[in-house]
Amino acid sequence: MNDAIESRIPSGGRKIVLAGNPNVGKSAFFNALTGLYTDVANYPGTTLDIACGRYNGDVVIDTPGVYGVSSYSKEEEITRDIILAADIVVNIVDTVHLERDLFLTMQIIDMGVPIIVALNMADEAEREGMRINHILLEELLGIPVVRTVAVHHTGIDELKEKIYQARPGLVDSSLLEKISRVSTTCNRGEALLILEGDPAVSERCGATPGTELESIYRARRERANQVASMIVQETGKNQGLADKLGRWMLLPVTGFPLLMLTLWGVYELVGVFFAQTIVDFTEQIMMVYYEPVIQSLVGSLLGPESVLTTILAGQYGVLTLTVTYLIGLLLPLVLGIFLVMAILEDSGYLPRIATLVDRALGALGLNGQAVIPLILGFGCVTMACISTRLLPSDRERRIAIFLLAFGVPCSAQMAIIMAVFAGLGPIYLLLYILILFSILTTTGTLLGRYLPGATYPLLIELPPLRLPQPKYFIKKAWTRTYNFIKEALPLFAGGALFLSILEVAGLLQGLRTLLAPLTVNWLHLPPEIADVFIMGAIRKEFGAATIMNLHMLPIQDFVVMLTLTLTVPCIASTIVILKERGWREGLLMWCVIYALAFFIGGVTVRLLEAFSKSGALNAPWLFIFIICAMGAVLGLARFRPRKEE
Amino acid sequence: MQLDKASRGQVIKITGIPNDRVRVQAIRFGLSEGAVVTCREVVPAGPVVVIRNKQEIAIGRNLAKTISVEPC
Repeated sequence: MNDAIESRIPSGGRKIVLAGNPNVGKSAFFNALTGLYTDVANYPGTTLDIACGRYNGDVVIDTPGVYGVSSYSKEEEITRDIILAADIVVNIVDTVHLERDLFLTMQIIDMGVPIIVALNMADEAEREGMRINHILLEELLGIPVVRTVAVHHTGIDELKEKIYQARPGLVDSSLLEKISRVSTTCNRGEALLILEGDPAVSERCGATPGTELESIYRARRERANQVASMIVQETGKNQGLADKLGRWMLLPVTGFPLLMLTLWGVYELVGVFFAQTIVDFTEQIMMVYYEPVIQSLVGSLLGPESVLTTILAGQYGVLTLTVTYLIGLLLPLVLGIFLVMAILEDSGYLPRIATLVDRALGALGLNGQAVIPLILGFGCVTMACISTRLLPSDRERRIAIFLLAFGVPCSAQMAIIMAVFAGLGPIYLLLYILILFSILTTTGTLLGRYLPGATYPLLIELPPLRLPQPKYFIKKAWTRTYNFIKEALPLFAGGALFLSILEVAGLLQGLRTLLAPLTVNWLHLPPEIADVFIMGAIRKEFGAATIMNLHMLPIQDFVVMLTLTLTVPCIASTIVILKERGWREGLLMWCVIYALAFFIGGVTVRLLEAFSKSGALNAPWLFIFIICAMGAVLGLARFRPRKEE
Repeated sequence: MQLDKASRGQVIKITGIPNDRVRVQAIRFGLSEGAVVTCREVVPAGPVVVIRNKQEIAIGRNLAKTISVEPC
């Protein structure tokens, strides 16, 4: 078993592994068994890092949802290795999609691991008019089967009672004979995977990969279909509102308006309600009540002019700037964005957006699935970079991560953008969106056309539309916000401390002078802006307070916002990029993105100056110019054909 | 006939999936060659959505062009 995974699993007791297809509710089981919380979402790829917990002195391990185990994706490899090391597998099955899920169930049975099946979402199946004979299923598979509705805690007690009755199920005798003929020192599960031609397992066991993948898969699929048809009784079918809505979401005529409506709703909720109404209120509290109290308190304790006072409660004070910014501005905004993300994830809308935009993303060298990381990126680029693991090929992960780090503003970046643009007016906001959009499209198109390899075609499941449960999405949004703030706090305080010390030691001035050719000469900005970029490498939102205090011209504000958006969002995302793409590629990406960001910033400031007369911006012509420039690049790129596998 | 030519509501049988990786993934989903599915939606210039036992699967347009089906 993979050492990295092994080292994360607590020792002692048996290993109880939760496994199942995506969207079947594994996380709810993990929650119910261990009392710990993990993300519950209605889209593939939520469980990217494995979660471990305790149950009765045994270890419970959650796995990423997969349709089968082999080595087709990173998620699959992780799940495969955990199942291979399991003492008991709790296989969670979506009752509505029993036939599909039984493939994995039977693969695990064929691996010879003791298993118990939880027929989850039994209530949904009944509403769909399905009657399930789970006693017959027990007989056919030779393993215990429990009927559950995990989100309502139904059947969990029975599962807990029967969990230790898990046993290896019935295996087709001819397959069993084939497995026994695999000459290897490895265990039964590994022998099966070798037979199925899994390259990684074969290499690990020093065996030649088998060539019978398709015949084994076919036989298993046939048997799964057969078993499903024997135990499911359809009593009727109902075409509900969810069905109709699901259809409208897919058709461009209704799908794009619905998408626009959704985005408008998101804007109203996050951009207006959270970013303005709530933030005004929280900032007021921090500015009027919190900061003066801290300043006078620290001042009276340490002396108003002392070095320590400047560090703790000065312009970049650890106790003033950090706290005001985190609580007053970031907390409500990030909470708002994560709430929206959680609702979108739980509803099952995201895969339908993926289908709707598949064609458009194809132009960027991506398939529609990439829309999920790209949308998540507006919440948190770091998280989104991790979620690119659900993309089918390395090439797409590369393109998606580059676009995320380069052109997608995360919630923290958007927080500042919303705040700064509130003072600039709608023309600048439109301009910003247009420029960002052209940059994303041209970069994506160029990467899609010139990177070696081909786009992997779209092949995804559309999960049923579900009404998001407030209990779950609020909890999820809150957990993510809490983790975000928890992670941001030390970085932010460290950054503030670093800046204050630089300021006190007089080094800030030196750095400003050093960066002046870039900031003053190339970007036409005041030298103090260097602070924003220096700290921006750590966390983008760090510079926001400085930007607002500098009182620059609208054009300058605009250029700072654009350049900041284009640079890599924060130290956490930088680390994730290095981790996901490897040191060499990651570092190269980082450098290219920074160079491009400053280059585009400089070009933009010259464009803005050229298109404005005595301070007023000639917006229409500028818009036309940008659109033409984008059209020219896209037109030229067409000479190179698009590739698809 | 290829899958992208199917029309909404049409019941079809999948007869050939040339791409190895897609074929394996499709078996796991429940779409082996020989499976009978209903064409649920053809997104104009976009993916084809097929449904089988309440399970909806979206297939990119260019992939759909390679999948052979026959009406039944």
